[in-house]
Amino acid sequence: MITEQQKIQHLLRRSGFGDSIKNLVSESFETNFNSVFTSNSKFEEIYLPDEERITTGELLKMTPEERKEILDDLAANIKKLNLEWLKIMGSAKGQLREKMAFFWHGHFAVRVRGFAQVESYINTVRKYALGNFSDLLMAVSKEPAMLRFLNNVQNKKNSPNENFAREVMELFTLGRGNYSENDIKEAARAFTGWGIDEDDTFLLKENQHDYGSKTIFGKTGNWSGEDVIKMILARKETALFVVRKIYRFFVNENVDENQVKLLADKFFNDNYNITNLMKSIFESDWFYEPKNISCNIKSPIELLVGLNKTFGISYDNPQALLVVQRVLGQMLFFPPNVAGWAGGRNWIDNSTLITRMNLPKRLAEAADFEVAVKDDMNDESPGAMRKASNRNTLICSFNWELFYQRFQQTKEEDLWKTMCDYLLSSINLPIEPENLKIQKFDSKSSKIKAYSLYIVRLPEYQLT
Amino acid sequence: MNRRRFIKYSGLTSTAALVPGFIQALVAPFNQLAFQGKRLVIVQLSGGNDGLNALVPFRDDNYYKLRPKLGIKADSLLKISQEAGFHPALQGFKQLFDKGYLSIYNSVGYPNPDRSHFRSMDIWHTGSNSDEYFNTGWIGRMLDANCPGSEKPYYVIEADDTLSLAMKGADKSGFAVRDPEKLRNALRDPIYDDIQKNNTHLETQSQLGFLYKTLAETTSSADYIYSKSKIYQSTKLYPQHEIGKSLKEIAELINSGIESKVFYTSMSGFDTHVRQLETQNRLFGIVGSAIETLVDDLIASNNFNDTVIMVFSEFGRRVKQNASGGTDHGTANNVYIINGALKEQGICNPISDLTILEDGDLIHQLDFRQIYATLIEKGIGFDHTKTLMRKFELLDFI
Repeated sequence: MITEQQKIQHLLRRSGFGDSIKNLVSESFETNFNSVFTSNSKFEEIYLPDEERITTGELLKMTPEERKEILDDLAANIKKLNLEWLKIMGSAKGQLREKMAFFWHGHFAVRVRGFAQVESYINTVRKYALGNFSDLLMAVSKEPAMLRFLNNVQNKKNSPNENFAREVMELFTLGRGNYSENDIKEAARAFTGWGIDEDDTFLLKENQHDYGSKTIFGKTGNWSGEDVIKMILARKETALFVVRKIYRFFVNENVDENQVKLLADKFFNDNYNITNLMKSIFESDWFYEPKNISCNIKSPIELLVGLNKTFGISYDNPQALLVVQRVLGQMLFFPPNVAGWAGGRNWIDNSTLITRMNLPKRLAEAADFEVAVKDDMNDESPGAMRKASNRNTLICSFNWELFYQRFQQTKEEDLWKTMCDYLLSSINLPIEPENLKIQKFDSKSSKIKAYSLYIVRLPEYQLT
Repeated sequence: MNRRRFIKYSGLTSTAALVPGFIQALVAPFNQLAFQGKRLVIVQLSGGNDGLNALVPFRDDNYYKLRPKLGIKADSLLKISQEAGFHPALQGFKQLFDKGYLSIYNSVGYPNPDRSHFRSMDIWHTGSNSDEYFNTGWIGRMLDANCPGSEKPYYVIEADDTLSLAMKGADKSGFAVRDPEKLRNALRDPIYDDIQKNNTHLETQSQLGFLYKTLAETTSSADYIYSKSKIYQSTKLYPQHEIGKSLKEIAELINSGIESKVFYTSMSGFDTHVRQLETQNRLFGIVGSAIETLVDDLIASNNFNDTVIMVFSEFGRRVKQNASGGTDHGTANNVYIINGALKEQGICNPISDLTILEDGDLIHQLDFRQIYATLIEKGIGFDHTKTLMRKFELLDFI
C-alpha cells in the first residue's frame, strides 16, 4: 500500500512536473486533486514582447544575405521561447495544461525556423491542450508551422505532396494499418491549397485546391481538408491510438490494453474531451497501483523542470539550459523528426545517464558543464554553436532556506527516509543511510543539503 | 590554453609513461589472435560536404558552366582518371588512391531526398526511407539483434561526449567517449561506487534494473577503455583539430587490441553556403591528412587490412553555385571507403552526370544502405536484413 503522501506526489509528478518548493503546507489528496483541474482554467499566451517578428511576405522581399541574417536571429528567438516555456512549466500554477501541451508538442512534433510560426504553434497547442482533441487537431493542422514542416505549402492540385496527409493519419490519429495508401493519396488531394498567406496565417488557396471528387475510407464526395479531419475523427481507431499514447506517457509504457480500450470508448463518446479523459485516469484506483508508480523513465524536460521546482532554482544564464537539453537529447521545439521523441530507454546511454546523474551536482556547484555539444543541424552558420557552447557554465542558485523548512519538523534520524519518500517516486528505500559515504555534518541543514543532492543523483530519481 | 587545461594535458602524458610494460606485453599478442572479421571506422562530415568540389568531374562542361566562380580549374586538380580529379587540398586522399587503399562511390543517396540537414542526417543514421521514421540507428540495431560480440558495452565506440542516433538501439546503445581519462576521472566520484555496492537490482526487465545495468557497464567500460588507451601511444603527427584528436584516439584503441568493432566520429563545418573555397580548402587539408595519418598508424601495427574506414556526409550540394560564394543543400554525394585489402579499388561506379539533374540536383545512382549492408555483411559478418530491415544488394569493395 502506498501512503497518502506518495499518492499525492505521484499525482503531482504525472499531472505536472512534481511538487513545488513553495507548497509548504501539505494539503489532502482531494485538495491536490481538485487544484490539478481548477488551476488551468485561464489560458495565457507565451509571448516575447521585445522580439521582432518577420512575416514570410517580408522575408521574400529581402536579398538572400539579409534573409539569412534575419533567419539566424529568428532561430535565436526560438531558443528564447524554449526557455520561457521551461520557466512556465516550472511555475506552480496550471501544471496540467503545460504537461499536456508538452505531450502534444511531442505528438504534433514540428521543427521550423520561423520564430513567429513556432510561437503561434505552441500557443495553439497550449490553448487547446485540455479542450477537445477534435479542435486541437483541426487548429494544429492549420498552423503555419505544421503546413510548412510537413510540406503542405507545396501541396497543389497539379503536383500533390502527400507528406501532411500521410502523417496526419499515421502519427497523429489512426496509426499504421488503419488506412490505405489510396486513402492517403485521396486525402492529400483534399488538403491541396492549404497554405499560408504573406502574413503567416492559414489560407485556402482556391486556385491550388482540387475540387474534384475523392474516395476516402470508402466514401466518395467532394471532400475538403476539414471533411477529411472530421472523417478521421469519426473513426474509433483515432481515439484508441491517441489514448494509448497518452497512457504510455502519463501512466505506464507497458500498456494495459483493457484499460486503454475502456478509456478510448469513453473519450470517443465524450467528443474527445481531454480534461475528462485525464480526470478518469487520475481518479482511477489502478493509476495508484505500485506497478504504475516509478515505472517510466523521466524525459530530460521532466527531469530539468522537476529539479527547478523542487529546489526553486533560479538561473543567471538560462541559455546554458539549452545545452543541457541538447546533451540529454530533448530540446523543446527541436524534436528529432515528426514522430517526436521516442522516450523510454531511448533517453538513456552511457553519456546521458552520467550527465543526468551529475547534473544536480553541477547545478549546485555552478560548475562547468564540460560536455562537447554536437553541431546543431538547425544553426546554418557554423559559428553559432561555438558561441553557444561557451555559455555552458550553469550559474544558478538554489532556494535552500525554503527547502530546509520542509524538513524542519523531521527528526535527524528520520531525515534520509523522509527525504527519499519525498524526492523519489520509488516506494522502497534505495540505500540504507549507514551505507552512505557522506556521513559527517556540522548541522542539520548541511545534512539536508548533502542528502538531497545525493538522492536526486540516484538512478531512482530518473524514474517517475 | 588556460592553466587548468595545460595541467590536465601534461598530466595525461606523465601517467602514460607509467603504464607498466607487462600490460602491453600481455594484451597485444592475445588480441591479434582473437580478432576476426573487420572493424569499421566511420567518419561523418556534418553539414553536407560538397562532393562535386571534392572529386571534380573536370571533363563535364556543365560543371564549369554552373560554377563559374566555384569551379576548380582542371590544371590545379589532383587527377585520378581521364575525367575526375581531387580538390588540391585533398592530397591525403590522392595518396591513398595511388596506393590502392581508396574506393569511391559516386552519387550515393536515397529516393525522394530531403534537403534539411537534420532530417537527411536522421535518414543516414537510422537507415530509413525518406517517408519513414525510425528511432533507432543502423548500428544500434546491430546491438539489439545481438550481433556476435555485442554483449560488450564498448562494442561500438563513438569518439565524442554524446552519442549519435546511429549508435542507439532500443535496448542497447554504443558507448560515447571523447577522452578516456576524463571519463574515467568523472566516474571516480564516490557516489558511483556507493550506488553500485548497494545495487540489488540485478534484473533488467524493469527500468530501474536497466538504469543500474547501464551504470555498471559505463563504469566498467570506462575503466577498460582507459586501460586500453594507455597501451599504445601513437607517435604520428595528427592535425591539430578535433578530428585529428578523435582519429588518434581511435588509432590508439585499435592498436591496443581493444575488442570494439565499430568506431564513429564526426567533423563539422561543411555547410558552405558562403566562402566555400576558403572553407573547403582548410577542411579538406585537415580531414585528408587526419585520415592518411590514421592509415599510417594502422599500417604500422598491421591493423589496416582488417579496418574499413567509411567517409560520408548527409547530402551533397546544389550543382549550381549560389550568389554568396557558396552552394546550397543538395542531394546525392560521394562516399569514400578506405582499407588495406580492398577488392575493388578506385572509382567504383560512374561519376556524377551533370547533364541529368532533377530540380538542379544530382540524381542518386546508389542507395547508401547498399554500402551499409556490405559493411555489415562482409565486414562484421552479420545478416544485414536484421538491422537494415530490408534486403539490399551487396557491393564488391570488400
